[in-house]
Amino acid sequence: MTSLYVILGVIAVIILILLFTFFGIYNGLVRLRNEVKNAWAQIDVQLKRRYDLIPNLVETVKGYMKHERGTLEAVTNARNLAQQVSSAGVGERAKAEGELSSALSRLLMVVENYPDLKANQNFLALQEELTSTENKIGFSRQYYNDSVLRYNNKTEMFPSNMIAGMTGFKANEFFEVSSAAEREAPKVSFS
Amino acid sequence: MWEQIRSNNRRSVVLVIGMGALLVLLGYFLGLLFFQSPVGGLVIALAVWIIMSLVGYFQGDSILLSMSRARKISRDDHPRLFNIGEEMKIASGLDKMPDLYIIDDPSLNAFATGRDPRRAAVAITSGLLEQLNRDELQSVIAHEMAHVKNRDVLLMSMCSILLGTVVILAWYGSRFLIFGGMGSSRKKSSSGGGITQIVVLVAAIVFMILAPILARLIYLAISRKREYLADASAALYTRYPEGLASALEKIGASTVQLQSANQATAPMYIINPFRKKGMKASDLSSTHPPLSERIRILRAMSGASYGDYDQAYHQVHKGSQGIIPTSARARVAPVEKVIPGERSD
Repeated sequence: MTSLYVILGVIAVIILILLFTFFGIYNGLVRLRNEVKNAWAQIDVQLKRRYDLIPNLVETVKGYMKHERGTLEAVTNARNLAQQVSSAGVGERAKAEGELSSALSRLLMVVENYPDLKANQNFLALQEELTSTENKIGFSRQYYNDSVLRYNNKTEMFPSNMIAGMTGFKANEFFEVSSAAEREAPKVSFS
Repeated sequence: MWEQIRSNNRRSVVLVIGMGALLVLLGYFLGLLFFQSPVGGLVIALAVWIIMSLVGYFQGDSILLSMSRARKISRDDHPRLFNIGEEMKIASGLDKMPDLYIIDDPSLNAFATGRDPRRAAVAITSGLLEQLNRDELQSVIAHEMAHVKNRDVLLMSMCSILLGTVVILAWYGSRFLIFGGMGSSRKKSSSGGGITQIVVLVAAIVFMILAPILARLIYLAISRKREYLADASAALYTRYPEGLASALEKIGASTVQLQSANQATAPMYIINPFRKKGMKASDLSSTHPPLSERIRILRAMSGASYGDYDQAYHQVHKGSQGIIPTSARARVAPVEKVIPGERSD
């Protein structure tokens, strides 16, 4: 009689341990997935901020840069395109934003040829805002990719991959920059 | 890479427990000496520690900020600094950006404070703001935010309070022993005690001299470890170790001393505000690793991850294992050997 109780007790303890491990791993997955979501939201905020800044920038520099119509148009077009696909998936969006980044860095490079513009207080403030927004996009992308890496590792590695498979956690896509120009110059600095 | 932070945290916890043990032992000996029972001493030691901890926990950040005459800034006061703060908040993954403060002082320095990551503050001197370029400023802010993110701020303030308690108790204890309590209590006890009484007395005196020194050594070891870790995190956040390296170089080349710093607040700063010119900040007596060494490690990094920092660290130290410099370890070891003997008494 007593040995039966012992066996039942052992089985109950084992089941409890398994259950708690399951809950622990599941909660860990939820936490990581939320982190990824949050990181994505951060990127989104910064990208929207950039959409808002660009018309201002174009307006400010237009008067000074009569001979750079092409560069300015490229920036405006890239911005509009990026805004259009802003509800699309990670991959497509990363591509459009990469194009916008390289168009912008071309414009800010050309600015160096216009000393009048560089003396304009309004422009300088805008330039700092834009530099910072570019950096923030870079840093939020970096943080997003780090979170995705942690999340993906958890969903693909044993034993958490079993629980991830059962409860529908899927690996996420990295925010990778596809434009070659962007890859060469990831950091924009004007100091 | 998270493993390294975790193991570092574990080591810090062990060291803090070591300091706590020192405090308890000190209380025990004080009790033996003045109340003929260890309990009284323990109660006094713990009471002093708890009061100081409560004040430090709830008021520490505002005391520190007002002592260093820092003023809080908003976005309009300094858009660039504010932007950099936001950038590093994103890169570090903090929930909330620490408040930013400026200290009007021509010296080059910065510190972080606040009891938890949601109520943190980062202060930098106006000299730093003027002399560093954007990348360098970013690295310095990243270093300070790393202190916030790695929870060094709370750890270090709790450590300095422990250290302060040990120092105060040992100081008053030894004064009383020499000038006051000794006469009366010795006469009473010498009649009945005999040889064990004398042994306890000698042990207590030795311990009272050693405890503050030991507590200080432990404190310095923790502090230096956290500096390396914050450097590594800053490199990781900015993905640009050279930024911090050249910022440290500029800070090291400056000869102006910070007016409002004092011994208690020194370990909070990015570099020790009291270092003497020309002296390679000595290994043992400094809260910070030597600047030249921190710069060399940062410059030896092949990437920007914790792994790269660790590799660069070992490269610069050639074979030495832990985070404490070899010269310091060689001198710490014999002191530690004294303690097991003390405890067995």
